[in-house]
Amino acid sequence: MTQQFQPRAAINPEATVVAPPDAQADRPRRRQAWAGQGHRARGSVLQVVRWTLLILLAIVFAYPLLWLVSASFKPRGEVFDNELIPKTFTPSNYVDVWGELPLLSWLGNSVFIAVAGALLMTIASSAVAFGFAYFRFPGRNILFGLVLATMMLPGAVTLIPNYLIWKTLGFLGTNVPLWGGALFGSAFYIFLMRQFYLGIPRELFEAARIDGCGYFDLFRRIAFPLTLPSAIIVFLFEFQASWNNFTGALIYLNFGSPEDFTVPLGINYAMAKYSPTAGGHGDYQYVMVTALVVTLPMLLLFAFGQKYFIKGISTGGVKG
Amino acid sequence: MTRRTNGSHVADTRPAARSPKGYNRRETIAGLLFISPWIVGFLVFTVISMSYSLVLSFTSYDLATNTMRPVGTANFEQLVENPRVLASLGNTFTFALMAVPVELSVALLMAVLLNSVGRGSAFFRVLFYLPKMTPAVATAAVFLLLLNGNQGAINKALAAIGIQGPQWLLDPAWVKPSIVVMSAWAVAGSAVILLAALQGVPIELYEAAAIDGAGPLRTFTRITIPMISPTLFFLVITLTIASLQVFDQAYLLFYRDGADSSAPEAALFYGVYLYQQAFQQFNFGLAAAMAWLLFAIIMLITVVQLTLGKRLVHYESGQGS
Repeated sequence: MTQQFQPRAAINPEATVVAPPDAQADRPRRRQAWAGQGHRARGSVLQVVRWTLLILLAIVFAYPLLWLVSASFKPRGEVFDNELIPKTFTPSNYVDVWGELPLLSWLGNSVFIAVAGALLMTIASSAVAFGFAYFRFPGRNILFGLVLATMMLPGAVTLIPNYLIWKTLGFLGTNVPLWGGALFGSAFYIFLMRQFYLGIPRELFEAARIDGCGYFDLFRRIAFPLTLPSAIIVFLFEFQASWNNFTGALIYLNFGSPEDFTVPLGINYAMAKYSPTAGGHGDYQYVMVTALVVTLPMLLLFAFGQKYFIKGISTGGVKG
Repeated sequence: MTRRTNGSHVADTRPAARSPKGYNRRETIAGLLFISPWIVGFLVFTVISMSYSLVLSFTSYDLATNTMRPVGTANFEQLVENPRVLASLGNTFTFALMAVPVELSVALLMAVLLNSVGRGSAFFRVLFYLPKMTPAVATAAVFLLLLNGNQGAINKALAAIGIQGPQWLLDPAWVKPSIVVMSAWAVAGSAVILLAALQGVPIELYEAAAIDGAGPLRTFTRITIPMISPTLFFLVITLTIASLQVFDQAYLLFYRDGADSSAPEAALFYGVYLYQQAFQQFNFGLAAAMAWLLFAIIMLITVVQLTLGKRLVHYESGQGS
């Protein structure tokens, strides 16, 4: 896209053709080597354009998060002033917010739901994936086809009946519906983990079998430890999904006591509480503190698990 | 059915222990045990759930008594007669038509830039990914203030370059672009997939193009785009399906507790109306029928993906599975 800034005739065919074959072979096989080849001046102009665009884009993308951090340190009335450095630096927001909102309960609920959901999801999806990858049994391919088919099922179709099922089971108003479903695994993760299990040489399992290793130990002591990095992908993705789950909290928790809310639902509650149209005083700085509190764990999660996220997306996206 | 194993502890790895069809009984039982969590979940939360949903869509649900009264196809007739269902469907399709090209363009720009600067892109990759990690509620809370027509940072920035910004959240014409802006901000997932595709284009093609004297624009449109077209096509489909189910941002910006009375009609997305019907009006019958219509639309898009995709998109030969 940015390459259009370079004039059409920038690359002189003659220059490349007369280059000796050795030079061709030695050329670093990287894109930018090609882009700047033979025309250093133009190539560096192009690089400047690229870096300028990249930095501009970076500023635009970083601004909302910087704005959020800044707004969380502002007193009421200055939240809207769009200064990145608060005029009145108000760290006391971070002290007052705990009394203003039941943020500690929200955090506790969110952490419990995300950890329980991600842990159960990782174990269940791995076990099911191993079942599909290693064992041979009648109907296996049909069942795996059904796993793939459920991936295409939009959540909206089962939203209402699932709500009624959880209601029948007596879990309405508790946080069980928000993590209980993880007990059964999820199609995408089963698909992902199965791919990784299929990559383990079968001889490894056969050797362990001959040494008297039981089926469960095959999974627990060989397959699962070998694919631990992939299991971490599942854990991180599900942790993120669980942590961010707003719709679920809205449906299953939004009629009970605010103490039982998760942080995302809490933000909905806080926005209503402080909204001037609903009788509040516009204390949006507390909403911003809460928004930062819900965002920060995700940013830390990404900082430590970056390569897992990227790998998960690439695998899911390319194979999808 | 299965031949008896001869009591040996290693019997089931030997062909002798297999049934005529080649299945070993112990292996079959173990395999089914391993996949049993999924089987239970599938039966309860897919089979029973979908059947339940189908029944619901032909009934009227009475919440007080927890009973269903058959109403025939009345709910499905509502789908074409109820102006709010039609309005929400129209809003959602309009939104998808706006959001998908914008998201795809931003993701492509991001991926091309990251790909072309080589070393040093790591920092930017992380930075662009942070919005994707930001929970939708936090994004909505921030953009609610950033998009404010009078004091918001976006209009202040536009004013600085001499553009009078719109009343993003109040003007019905700008409600959908507001949510497009929020979606485009969190587009890094698509950019990562595109970046992987760009890195997969064989360098020899670019070298050949350079030898033939192709300019950068020509190289981009004739080599890069065709080579990454399967990925582009995949993203168009997944982004469209995601756009049709937009809910969190629209709900938080316009329908959150305490704000829903003043919500503009232009923000009534299909997901929002479905939620209102199901969990505010407890009109489960109509909501279930709406869910089935959404299901049909998404299936249709998927079928288009599978059939049209093969014809429109350049796949490298030998691409299996």
